[in-house]
Amino acid sequence: MSTHPLLSVDQLRVEYPVRNRPPFRAVDDVTIAIGPRETVGLVGESGSGKTTIASAVLGFAPATAGTIAFDGEDITGATRHRRRRLSASLQVVFQDPYSSLNPSRTIGKTLSETLRPHGSPSKSEVAERVASILERVGLDPGAADRYPNQFSGGQRQRIAIARALIVRPRLVICDEPVSSLDLSVQAQVLNLLRSLQDELGLSYLFISHDLAVVRRISMRVVVLYRGRVMEAGPAAVVYNDPAHPYTRALLQSVPIPNPNLQRARRTSRERSTPDLPSTVKPESCQFAPRCPWAVDVCREQQPPEELTSEGVFVTCHRWREFGALPSRHQSRRRQTSAPDCGSPQATGRVG
Amino acid sequence: MSTSVPVVDRGAKPSGGNPRFFRRLLRRPVAIVCCAYLAVLVGVAIVAPIAMPSVNSQNAGDLFGANQLPSWSHLLGTDTLGRDVLSRLLVGDRVTLVGVVEALVVVLVLAVPLGLAAGYLGGWTDRVVTWLADLTFSLPAVVIIIVVLSVFPTSMLAGMATFGVIAAPGLMRVVRSATLPIREELYIKAAEASGLSRTYILTRHILPRIAGVVIVQASLLAAVALGVQTGLAFLKLLVADPAPSWGGMVADGTSVLLLHPWLIIPPGATIAVTMLALSLLGDAVRDAAVESWSAPVRTKRAAAKAAPASAGTTPPAGARLLTVQHLSVSFPGREQDVRVVEDVSFGVAAGEIVGIVGESGCGKSVTASAIVGLLPGSGRIDGGSIWFGGKDLARASEAELRKVRGRTIAFVSQEPMASLDPAYRVGFQIEEALRRHRGLSRAAARARALELLRDMHFVDPGAVARRYPHELSGGMAQRVAIARALAGEPELLIADEPTTALDVTVQAEILELIRELQMTRQMAVLVVTHDWGVVADLCDRVVVMYAGQIVERSDVQSIFDTPLHPYTEALLASNPHLEPEAATLPMIPGTVPPPGSWPAGCRFSARCRYAVAACAELEVAIEAPYQGHETRCIRYGQLTKT
Repeated sequence: MSTHPLLSVDQLRVEYPVRNRPPFRAVDDVTIAIGPRETVGLVGESGSGKTTIASAVLGFAPATAGTIAFDGEDITGATRHRRRRLSASLQVVFQDPYSSLNPSRTIGKTLSETLRPHGSPSKSEVAERVASILERVGLDPGAADRYPNQFSGGQRQRIAIARALIVRPRLVICDEPVSSLDLSVQAQVLNLLRSLQDELGLSYLFISHDLAVVRRISMRVVVLYRGRVMEAGPAAVVYNDPAHPYTRALLQSVPIPNPNLQRARRTSRERSTPDLPSTVKPESCQFAPRCPWAVDVCREQQPPEELTSEGVFVTCHRWREFGALPSRHQSRRRQTSAPDCGSPQATGRVG
Repeated sequence: MSTSVPVVDRGAKPSGGNPRFFRRLLRRPVAIVCCAYLAVLVGVAIVAPIAMPSVNSQNAGDLFGANQLPSWSHLLGTDTLGRDVLSRLLVGDRVTLVGVVEALVVVLVLAVPLGLAAGYLGGWTDRVVTWLADLTFSLPAVVIIIVVLSVFPTSMLAGMATFGVIAAPGLMRVVRSATLPIREELYIKAAEASGLSRTYILTRHILPRIAGVVIVQASLLAAVALGVQTGLAFLKLLVADPAPSWGGMVADGTSVLLLHPWLIIPPGATIAVTMLALSLLGDAVRDAAVESWSAPVRTKRAAAKAAPASAGTTPPAGARLLTVQHLSVSFPGREQDVRVVEDVSFGVAAGEIVGIVGESGCGKSVTASAIVGLLPGSGRIDGGSIWFGGKDLARASEAELRKVRGRTIAFVSQEPMASLDPAYRVGFQIEEALRRHRGLSRAAARARALELLRDMHFVDPGAVARRYPHELSGGMAQRVAIARALAGEPELLIADEPTTALDVTVQAEILELIRELQMTRQMAVLVVTHDWGVVADLCDRVVVMYAGQIVERSDVQSIFDTPLHPYTEALLASNPHLEPEAATLPMIPGTVPPPGSWPAGCRFSARCRYAVAACAELEVAIEAPYQGHETRCIRYGQLTKT
């Protein structure tokens, strides 16, 4: 047994050049580790750097500092040749199922080309693998001869998943794979990803702006804001008992589908300041300008990363004070937050 | 309104460089004529020099019969040296076509790979290639060709190849700029992540996508090359006497222009017709290529007025602010019109917030845009009425609609950025709306605009008013869009997925803002959304749509407590925010049927877990089991028991 994780991102920093100004730091000091058969969720709003992290892992965005290692091997500045070999174990599913399939190529061609860089299997073998993977993601093998425009968004996303899985990778990066799908289809795709994981022993880096979706599929979540990790830990704990004010704001902002409960929730919501000009001192807490709890120290010093008793890393100067806050529904969940707990949270989520 | 329309178009999208393209091309008479003409030219170019070998070396014909007009023995007359014009024209065809082909080959071989490389690889490759192209652009083309031809006298290859090199940068730029947007497509990223080589991506993914552009440009370049070829031949630079060429024949004719004007007509007309054929073919190719994805011309208002009078011509008694009755909307499809909204009826009372909920393709956005007469493309209202302020908007003229739009009904779309003009400061855009709708003076409009921005909870309205749309975040842009929508003091605000493109923390602010506006201004709001959370947060009443129909109508609390349609129930259950952490999420099997292929009977029956045989047989009518709670389901009794 190897001791290293399958993917380890260590103190990653990604900067983009900006004309006449210091470079824009999209990702700063982010550390993530994903073990075999594990799903780590990456949550954040637009501009949080979650997609940049995925791009860096895939080699599309160069890391300014830090390292990315796959199965113990440093792939931070991997050559095209190395990337080609890597693609046998590392694949990706993108958000937009319309842009991610070439409209002028049949599904069969799109799926089989993924096999090209990895040996040259015979025609019949390729056809067989295409048919079997299509069947596995719930599509008719006859789909191979058709063009993407004959499929709906959900079906296209299944095809995109099939394309990633046909080489039998070990890690799949899912960049907002369900956010452009309808609710009813979203559940289908999430369930599919889950069962494929069990069956094929996959690891996922699952990126989403929706903490509720991430919680469904991830064992651990990392909450990002402006390129920095705000909070990271077991999914159930972070979701039910968020330690960081940003995570709390994220959870409280989602309107819940129940008018009475939503009314109550609205009144108890901690108001964060609406979006403000985008320059924040690098040596401060990035969330401070919007944080309802921010004090002077938050604007002056970068908070340290601290470990809570529940195994959550939190980057906040004042996190210890929030444990005692009475008004939050999440704090009531403290006692029921064991990861495998099947408590009736559907009815009890909001007090 | 962007969500539903693609569903209509989906079936009509082309699948790139497929064989259907040629069938589409040959459906056009112009294309058939051009192709036939060019085919004849190619045939002649092959056959004529073989059939009439003597023409190429014929120095003189019957000198006594020179400069004759057409006759039976010489169909196109004879030239200054008594040679037959027709046979010279036919034999000269080969040299002309060869010249065009040589030029074209050189252009394509240079421009396509370089353009692809520059566009796809970017960086240094792009810079060097673009720099070389600019350099070539600055060269005097004609001079260079003449210099080259003085080194290689009467060398067709040298002349036309030089022309090809000089013409290549133009096509190269076209290829490069066609490649740039394709490089950003996710399927290119996916191919790269799969470890496919660059050559493979260029030839298999990018090249087929730009083929249409290249074909059009090539046919136009061929016409230009023909012009250049005949021009050089005219100057006797390409073809040595006595071999015939079209340009040379024109030159021959011009020398006796006054005495014998007929002589320039056969070669001149042939050159003109050939260039015309090449250009027209280019147009036909382009039209055939874009035919399937370009929307037909808007004709909707004229058609809408002819809407069948399925409803009365007077507003219904006890009318609410807005009453939609039996509304149907169609879009023209490939063979016949496709219905996307069918028999939709609902009302919005003054000061009330009503939500239209459904998944993409259910017709919710189309319904909302039909109310203000802003149907995308060539969609049209083909039934029902929309009563607002004593008028039927479904029958209103464009001028009447313009009066209503923005003034009494305001519209906020999903993409706030797209609804603001990037060229003007946002303050000016709000002022403009105020002056148009309310007739305010410039100063009053400015003051009112700042007031509106303050109502949108901007801390510094003055600073926001001075910004351009691109300087705003998504949430700020949506607040500005709402401020502008409110300029006309509307009685009804239609918000089409107002928060879908926004982050959740920003969404919460916008929802709060809409609720506050509704309360302080007693404004009615019609919200189109797919998000049950938004419905729960905002709405008083809800209309649920599925496959173009209303399936359930109710007040907001009952729809969450006791949904009466299996679709509503299943949709609510599949929400990841609600369900306990079970191993699998409850889900609805299958997909929403696209417009045009709606099943008979209940449209949801194929996906419904309560369905019985009767569901798929008869069209299901809306019924109201409870006061104010209606459903389009014959089995709703089963739902309420579970």
